[in-house]
Amino acid sequence: MTVVRHGFLGALTPAHRDRLLALAHDVSFPGGTRIFEEGGEADRFWIVGSGLVALDVHVPGRPEPVVETLGEGELVGWSWLFEPYRWHLGARTRTAVLAREFDARQVRGACEEDPAFGLAVTHCVAQVIARRLQATRTRLLDLYGPPPGHGGGT
Amino acid sequence: MTGAFAETAAAPPLPYRVAQRRTDTPDTATIVLEPVGTALPPFTPGQFAMVYAFGVGDIPLSVSGIDGRRLTHTVRAVGAISGALHGVRPGQTVGVRGPFGTGWELSEEAGRDLLVVAGGIGLAPLRPLVRAALAELGRYGRLSVLIGARSPHELLYSDETAHWQAGARVLTTVDHPAPDWMGDVGVVTTLLDRAVFDPSTATAFVCGPEPMIRATADELVHRGVAPDRIRVSLERTMHCGTGHCGHCQLGPLLLCRDGPVVTWTRARPLLLIREL
Ligand SMILES: Cc1cc2nc3c(=O)[nH]c(=O)nc-3n(C[C@H](O)[C@H](O)[C@H](O)COP(=O)(O)OP(=O)(O)OC[C@H]3O[C@@H](n4cnc5c(N)ncnc54)[C@H](O)[C@@H]3O)c2cc1C
Ligand code: FES
Repeated sequence: MTVVRHGFLGALTPAHRDRLLALAHDVSFPGGTRIFEEGGEADRFWIVGSGLVALDVHVPGRPEPVVETLGEGELVGWSWLFEPYRWHLGARTRTAVLAREFDARQVRGACEEDPAFGLAVTHCVAQVIARRLQATRTRLLDLYGPPPGHGGGT
Repeated sequence: MTGAFAETAAAPPLPYRVAQRRTDTPDTATIVLEPVGTALPPFTPGQFAMVYAFGVGDIPLSVSGIDGRRLTHTVRAVGAISGALHGVRPGQTVGVRGPFGTGWELSEEAGRDLLVVAGGIGLAPLRPLVRAALAELGRYGRLSVLIGARSPHELLYSDETAHWQAGARVLTTVDHPAPDWMGDVGVVTTLLDRAVFDPSTATAFVCGPEPMIRATADELVHRGVAPDRIRVSLERTMHCGTGHCGHCQLGPLLLCRDGPVVTWTRARPLLLIREL
């Protein structure tokens, strides 16, 4: 399975990337599969090879609204790195998905064993979180709505 | 001032008849105009016209389609003039001046991967560029078109963009999905991982709300695209459209003449200054 250059793994050195990938195995999910539930134990994580995964929120009495989608090369799940290791959101496949799956306990163990590797992985995950925070803030601006000042549509 | 610019600057608006009107989204319509008599000189993708709603006023509108003597514009109703132009019906007449401004200059990009990134109505000025690239696919490298919109029903030209898939990688994302939306959700920059382009040689064409342009261009530079190879289309209020009144000034640039399409090398330092 190819892993794109600019995805989650792009920020790791080849040595650290190989080390992390050695802990992975390939999995596939049919479209419409729930991968994990909000609040569940974050004991695994994935890097998408192909297909689309939707992150959703549980709202009682309504179909779960989708807050973001993740595609090729992207990291699915970061709650496995921080206590209490519980998913903040749910995830369901939108299409058939091929992914690399990692056992969180194993990866955390490898990070503790080799602090340089641990720092690199934490750094990568932090970058993903920062990018998603920035994207969320941008969406809060509701840029496509009419601006109160001068133009900004075209 | 170039000779061509001086000519279009001095010219009065020419009458154009509305040949077709199509509703794209709740506040946006695409109108096809044909000259009543003499036609304006040819437009190139990225250029704009000053379109006059008689008795109301004129505003800059990019060309969203170029077909012989016919001009296509996509107009979003945000105020009095754009509202009047959005409401025109086939058979009515409007006044048109142009062509104005710089274009996307696609012809310089032979052999390169092309990356088109559009936010909201920013897809309008990019549509003729995509059409021109698709018409001559062998001339360029790979073509990726990334489209972001607020919600699925605000996506422009959905029927047409679906057909673009045959020659390009087209990816679409929305900020606020409807329950039945099965595509991507998130800002348009999140699609960059799935675009097909070689950052060291690709040329990017970006149009949308200014913060989206900034976020996209910065991300492209981070990925290794040279700022000179990123072209963005900027907007400022325009009155004369002809380089005389100074309303469209951005630092040393008059955007009606030196823009709207400029390289990121030129645009970036100007956009970072709050008031110019
Ligand atoms: C080079 C260039 C090309 C353009 N191409 C297009 C195009 O292809 N299609 C198109 O629909 N528009 C385009 N615009 C923007 C368009 O010119 C403006 O929307 C228009 O001038 C608004 O005039 P108005 O009299 O209708 O509204 P105004 O009375 O001037 O404004 C009404 C309200 O809308 C807000 N507003 C003004 N401009 C915009 C804007 N661009 N987007 C959102 N809200 C705005 C104002 O802040 C105000 O609150 C372009 C602008 C430029 C400079
Ligand atoms: S609009 Fe008058 S100088 Fe540009």
